[in-house]
Amino acid sequence: MSSQTLHTGADKHPGSTTTSRPYRSRRPPAAGTVGTYAGLAMAAALTLGPVLWTLSTSLRTPSESFNLPPSFLPLNPDFTAYQEVFKQINVALLVLNSALVTGLIALGQMASATLAGYAFARLDFRGKNAIFSLVLATMMVPVQVTIVPVFMLIRGMGLSDTLLALILPAIPTAFGTFLMRQYFLGLPNDFAEAAALDGAGPWRIFRSVYVPLAVPGMAIVGILAFNFHWNEFFRPLILTISEQNFTLPLGLVTLQGNLGTGSISVVLAGVILSMLPALVVFIFGQRTLREGLTAGASK
Amino acid sequence: MTTTSTVPRQTIEPSAARRTFVERWLVMIFLAPTVLGMALFTFLPIIGSLVLAFFRWDIISAPQFVGFANFASLAQDPTVRVSFLNTIVFVVVAVILQLGIALSLASMLQARMPAWLRVFLRSTFFFPLVLSAASVSIFMRYMFNEQFGVVNWLLSLVGIPAVPWLTSPTASAAVVVLVYVWQNFGFSFLLFLGALTNIPKELHEAASLDGATGWKQFSNVTLPLISPTVLVASVVAIISALQVFDQPYVLTNGGPGDSTRTAVMVIFESAFQQLEFGKASAIGLVLTVLILAVTALQFRLSRRFVFYQ
Repeated sequence: MSSQTLHTGADKHPGSTTTSRPYRSRRPPAAGTVGTYAGLAMAAALTLGPVLWTLSTSLRTPSESFNLPPSFLPLNPDFTAYQEVFKQINVALLVLNSALVTGLIALGQMASATLAGYAFARLDFRGKNAIFSLVLATMMVPVQVTIVPVFMLIRGMGLSDTLLALILPAIPTAFGTFLMRQYFLGLPNDFAEAAALDGAGPWRIFRSVYVPLAVPGMAIVGILAFNFHWNEFFRPLILTISEQNFTLPLGLVTLQGNLGTGSISVVLAGVILSMLPALVVFIFGQRTLREGLTAGASK
Repeated sequence: MTTTSTVPRQTIEPSAARRTFVERWLVMIFLAPTVLGMALFTFLPIIGSLVLAFFRWDIISAPQFVGFANFASLAQDPTVRVSFLNTIVFVVVAVILQLGIALSLASMLQARMPAWLRVFLRSTFFFPLVLSAASVSIFMRYMFNEQFGVVNWLLSLVGIPAVPWLTSPTASAAVVVLVYVWQNFGFSFLLFLGALTNIPKELHEAASLDGATGWKQFSNVTLPLISPTVLVASVVAIISALQVFDQPYVLTNGGPGDSTRTAVMVIFESAFQQLEFGKASAIGLVLTVLILAVTALQFRLSRRFVFYQ
């Protein structure tokens, strides 16, 4: 187990340190405790079950993948479906499109949110609070309300059915700006004063003093952007038309539509492949992602 | 150039002036991507939506002013009416399930257990959040298949006859709720877990000494302490459930009939299938007003019922 996962808040719970309550550990488990463990075990099984079924079924031969009884553990893995999915759809292109869109949105959000967050936190200008309120207000506007005019705007800009149509509108981020502003507000002012005494101008203070300190905040913005846009379905469905501009979720839904219930392991192989980057984020960036997701709700 | 006596004054003042000049430019450059981007891709589209809602426009012919006709048609159009009704029922059921499951699991995770198990369970409940709703709906659609699906197979083991999950109006609505909750309960769970972990354990010990245990302790001590989180988690859950689209689109495409059609699906269909952009904008505005109303309600409720320490 990595040291990272050991230092999280939930581990500090009294239950995990039996030494603090020796008189309790000697008691036999009460009926409530047994029920608790049973409930947790059932919830874990219901959460992991569908994922295990998907993985396991993707490793069955396409022709028998829908046969009963179902498979939950890949005991005799068969990789035909993984070869077949590359023949059915251009997996490489879908991955490339998804990676380009997601990567550029994440980078764009990190850059724009860092700049704007710094301005709102550490620079003085007229109308700061008003502008910041307007930026925050955009969080209240659901994407479905702006999608029709955005679609027309994109058409007017000559960008319809391009990857830029997905990237550009997603770069300004109210939540990212909010997060970075909070992050910069949390950094001490002394650094700026010291740097100014040494003759550093406002740009130098930003670039050399505060940006390096804000990297963890930028990581949260980047990981949240990745998690959201890698999985995004609604905007690509509307803003892309030709299959060569599809992203992974859209390509997979199309594949399911084409194959139906014929050889489901082929579709599921695609689903598993599309999950891999999310799995990497889950393993290495889970803590950052958790912080980012919950920071949004406790604002 | 400069005499020595004026050096301090002169070096400070021009640099201070220069500094404000540079800072002013810096502010504009720093804000430009976000502020201009939002003006273009959020505020302009909002105005566009507001205007468009009063027009009939199919993108091909010239837009035609129709006043409130688009809004009036919302009340009469049976598909729109049923989709809003579906959405509200969906929100109520899904949010109650999501919050109930999340709060139960977060409380259960406070039980004594090894640290690795706690980390494992927390990661497990969190995991569906990193998947795409489209992918989840793809594999769930297979799992709920009437003939070959694993769900009906499991039910058959305990003697329950096959349920037409995706072809009966009630069952398909239930599937959309279940798939949505399966993927999203982890978010509320994380919020509740954070709040429960932050409660000082002395409070629980004091309550136990006073004889309050189990449900009594939960409802009289725990719940008031986490009430701010309960409110926030409810509002976030309601707002995102109001916008449900991916799951019904992939699982049932709104059917059978209109039984799983949601408000956002009707926006999508009106605009991009029926080319009624004005109608789509009007529906979008009504949805936004609903979302704003929920947010406003949050602020009112938080002043009244939420207990802040």
